[in-house]
Amino acid sequence: MTVHSQGAATSAPQDAPPKSAGRPKAPTTAPGSSHPVPPRGGRKSLPSGWLPYLLIGPAILSLAVLLLYPLIKNVILSFQDINKVEFIQRKYPFAGFDNYTELLGDSTFWTVVVRSFAFTLANVALIMALGSLIGILLNRLGKWMRLVLSMALVMAWAMPIVASVQVFQWLFDEQFGVMNWVMRTVGFSGYDRHNWFETGLSTLTIVTILVVWGSIPFVALNMYAGLTTVGGELYEAARMDGANGWQTFWKIVFPNLKPFFLITTFLEVIWVFKAFTQVYAMKKGGPDRASEILPVFAYVEGQSQAHYGLAAAISVLTIVILVIVMSFYFRLILKQEEEQ
Amino acid sequence: MRPGSVVKNVGALLLALVFVFPVYWMFSSALKPADQMLTKDPVFVFTPTMDNFAKATGVTNFWTYVTNSVLVTVGAVVLALLVALAASFAIARMKFKGRKGLVLTVMMAQMAPWEVMVIAMYMIARDGEMLNSLPLLTAIYFVMILPFTIWTLRGFIAAVPVTLEEAAQIDGCTRGQAFRKVIFPLLAPGLMSTSLFGFITAWNEFAMVLILNKDKTAQTLPLWLTEFMTAFGNDWGATMAASSLFAVPVLLIFVFLQRKAVGGMTSGAVKG
Repeated sequence: MTVHSQGAATSAPQDAPPKSAGRPKAPTTAPGSSHPVPPRGGRKSLPSGWLPYLLIGPAILSLAVLLLYPLIKNVILSFQDINKVEFIQRKYPFAGFDNYTELLGDSTFWTVVVRSFAFTLANVALIMALGSLIGILLNRLGKWMRLVLSMALVMAWAMPIVASVQVFQWLFDEQFGVMNWVMRTVGFSGYDRHNWFETGLSTLTIVTILVVWGSIPFVALNMYAGLTTVGGELYEAARMDGANGWQTFWKIVFPNLKPFFLITTFLEVIWVFKAFTQVYAMKKGGPDRASEILPVFAYVEGQSQAHYGLAAAISVLTIVILVIVMSFYFRLILKQEEEQ
Repeated sequence: MRPGSVVKNVGALLLALVFVFPVYWMFSSALKPADQMLTKDPVFVFTPTMDNFAKATGVTNFWTYVTNSVLVTVGAVVLALLVALAASFAIARMKFKGRKGLVLTVMMAQMAPWEVMVIAMYMIARDGEMLNSLPLLTAIYFVMILPFTIWTLRGFIAAVPVTLEEAAQIDGCTRGQAFRKVIFPLLAPGLMSTSLFGFITAWNEFAMVLILNKDKTAQTLPLWLTEFMTAFGNDWGATMAASSLFAVPVLLIFVFLQRKAVGGMTSGAVKG
């Protein structure tokens, strides 16, 4: 105890100067240092109760200003009737639930909702299934072939989205695209000047190929990295017990990598559901707005049609849908959080 | 070789070709002379030319696009790392009221539908006289990548044993020094992989800059890529050259960092 208080006494003057800059006053404040023992090292730190809040403060503040505020603004907009004229005059009259009733009674809106779900489901299922399979394949390849395949995956992964959209447009070009040439070479002569972007469905199919191609590497490479953490002896044991590949996957790989599947599926659902760039940069939601998914629908209504209030309502509904779909996921992940 | 392994290796090779082909086609089209570009049957052997690159980089404002992209991307990533490092340290290492709420907030923010909010963003920017503003764009990208950065770094910090930190403190380090000297160096892979993902998100961003920055002097490279596709026709050579130039930095970073980034994802974000 005595040793401690001595230490406190010697360290106190060192601490004092930065706080009370005036030299002459230092001696008078020094006696006041018969305070509780400061922490080891003599440095006065913030009360530990504040420190975490100080550390998270900037993050919370930026999220509030740049994310929460636009979100709230978005909700307010969705209750206003803003079209071109109101927009230019900067008058934002309230319209109650008009935008929502208009949307919910509009079959176009529901078509887009169904299309968004189908698009997300198809993409995520393909990404997860193919990505996992390729991950497993990577794990079973020899060193060199593994390097070749993972390098190829990294190339596709690293392709910036806008660039890959341009490349896929070029690959599927009506007149000079390499895909039509491939189809003709394989023997389908009907693919002379075949228009791959003729319908909304065919356009979304191309977008799906693009998204799946670009997303598989993330899943496959992480799956492989995850597999390497599962001990080889587990597979060995399973094989000894006569398990086939399917059983090995469900009994050993899946339970071990459950957090991986959980979070990856979660991320992929979010990413695909919000895939604006791929769809918009491909054909701007066309032909005839038939490849619009919710984010593109909101954008086109807002920007091209100048229905700002309506567009905001679409985006609010999109967010609500996303939150409902994701809510059970939050529960799962929070539960996992508690287990740690 | 057993037949099984032949199938496996041939399959892997075919897959590798499928994944690499679009990338290869982009580069090879970019180098193709104009008269061999637009042919019904694609030409695979040709004398490479730099014409397309010259055309792509010859547009007015090219260097403005480059500067804007670099400034905005680097700015957003650095900001995100600083802010996220503090927050994730608190989440991973400290007990405080509202910690769970914060974790939930970060997760929710991770799924923020930015693309959906462009209309609201536009109205806010217009009313605040901030259209065509690079600082605003940087700030938006920073917040876009912040949740992911916090989430991933939190995992990395949690993976560093607390005992290391305590040992440093017993040896006379303050908490801050213990962080700087012990934890920070161990976080290098985590910092690399998070900045990689942040970089890619910001470098790629298309929706916000498309709507907020209509003025060409305030635009970034993703919009430059679409400049050669007009209602009057598509200049595929220039588009492919632009896309190649746009992709090269990311490809290089990825090839150098992928091992760390991939391991990082699983140890950091995925396994928590």
